[in-house]
Amino acid sequence: MAVGEPLIEMREVNKYFGALHVLQDIDLTVGRGEVVVVIGPSGSGKSTLCRTINRLETIQSGSIAVDGRPLPEEGKELARLRAEVGMVFQSFNLFAHRTVLDNVMLGQQKVRKRAKRESEQRARELLERVGLADQAPKYPAQLSGGQQQRVAIARALAMDPKVMLFDEPTSALDPEMINEVLEVMQQLARDGMTMVVVTHEMGFARSAANRVVFMADGRIVEDRIPEEFFSAPATERARDFLSKILKH
Amino acid sequence: MDVLTDNFSLYGKGFLGTVELTVYASLLALAVGILMAAFRVAPVASLRAFGTAWVTVLRNTPLTLLFFAVMLGLPRFGLVLPFTTFAVLALGCYTSAFICEAVRSGINTVPVGQGEAARSLGMTFEQTLGAVVLPQAFRSVIPPIGSTLIALAKNSAIAGSFSVTELLGTYKPLNEMGYSIIWTFIWIAVGYLIVTLAISAIFAVLEKRWGVPR
Repeated sequence: MAVGEPLIEMREVNKYFGALHVLQDIDLTVGRGEVVVVIGPSGSGKSTLCRTINRLETIQSGSIAVDGRPLPEEGKELARLRAEVGMVFQSFNLFAHRTVLDNVMLGQQKVRKRAKRESEQRARELLERVGLADQAPKYPAQLSGGQQQRVAIARALAMDPKVMLFDEPTSALDPEMINEVLEVMQQLARDGMTMVVVTHEMGFARSAANRVVFMADGRIVEDRIPEEFFSAPATERARDFLSKILKH
Repeated sequence: MDVLTDNFSLYGKGFLGTVELTVYASLLALAVGILMAAFRVAPVASLRAFGTAWVTVLRNTPLTLLFFAVMLGLPRFGLVLPFTTFAVLALGCYTSAFICEAVRSGINTVPVGQGEAARSLGMTFEQTLGAVVLPQAFRSVIPPIGSTLIALAKNSAIAGSFSVTELLGTYKPLNEMGYSIIWTFIWIAVGYLIVTLAISAIFAVLEKRWGVPR
């Protein structure tokens, strides 16, 4: 897959939670059409890294640019940028008081100012694409975790984002539901969507990623193509991590 | 018993006065209270400070003192309004502080992820609050807002001391006419019960329709 010009550029990013230095001098570039999988032990800062890209977490120093534009301060400008950056959360975060269809329509109507008919048509297309067209009138609580996560992906896609961020999208799912979500993500990757995926799914990293970023203790320890990373990790830290998770 | 039948129109006027005060002050309190709750969770520091100051001042001022401040203070600045309007202002603003805190606690019951999801779609603060957070907060604040508005209905009695026609104030003429003070007050109490039970009923319906299902 051809990887285009940089879409996300993080330069010397530092973030603290109080005294805890969660992101340390992070440099990361994600090209257009690239799929970057971020892995690492819990507490390594990988989720935080993902959340800084659409400024759900602020940073203390360094710079982050999306499609050539630095992240603006909180306000209308930032809202506009966020519409270009889709996000999928570990806990789905579907709007509990709205139906599945409304969940996928709301952003289109409020942010993209699309007409109701147009939003509904697009929402139904996307629900079809994630295999949930028949669930449209239900409320999120009536769906399984895997179904909810697929709706959440459709909701993010409805904004026609330039890039999609996945913050541990399968970590809250029962094992048999993980695959249905990963399949949707695989398809997205094949369609050329730029993706940053924080995950523990090594199978997905191997098969879909252009690059694997391994984080530990707030730093990027390795940033390599998947085959190399999994067959011959360069650092002791990565070898140790892989030996722990790939054993069973 | 005669006290009611003999003076039905006097009681009626007082009762309607209380209803009027309660309805208008409730609407004002809800509007201002929700606005102040929005201020208190806004990303703009000056709005948060204003909301906090509003709640702190109004919630901690005795209502009677607030009535004095409004009725005697505002005319000094050239603002002369009918007594009833002043009373609605005082009652509404006072109660808005309590509504604000109830709404804010409701906002806090909505999981953070809901707001984050809305923001990540590109919704502005106003859209996030209006379309995602408040509709969900609303469900959990129905009971406390009901209680607050019942308190407002009863607090409206203070307006009687400031030349506003309302239910409690009817005791004065009736007392002067020599009616039994006990029966006079029993019928006044019945009048308040009608108002407060009506509020309870409205909120019971709202809760049944919109409340959080368990």
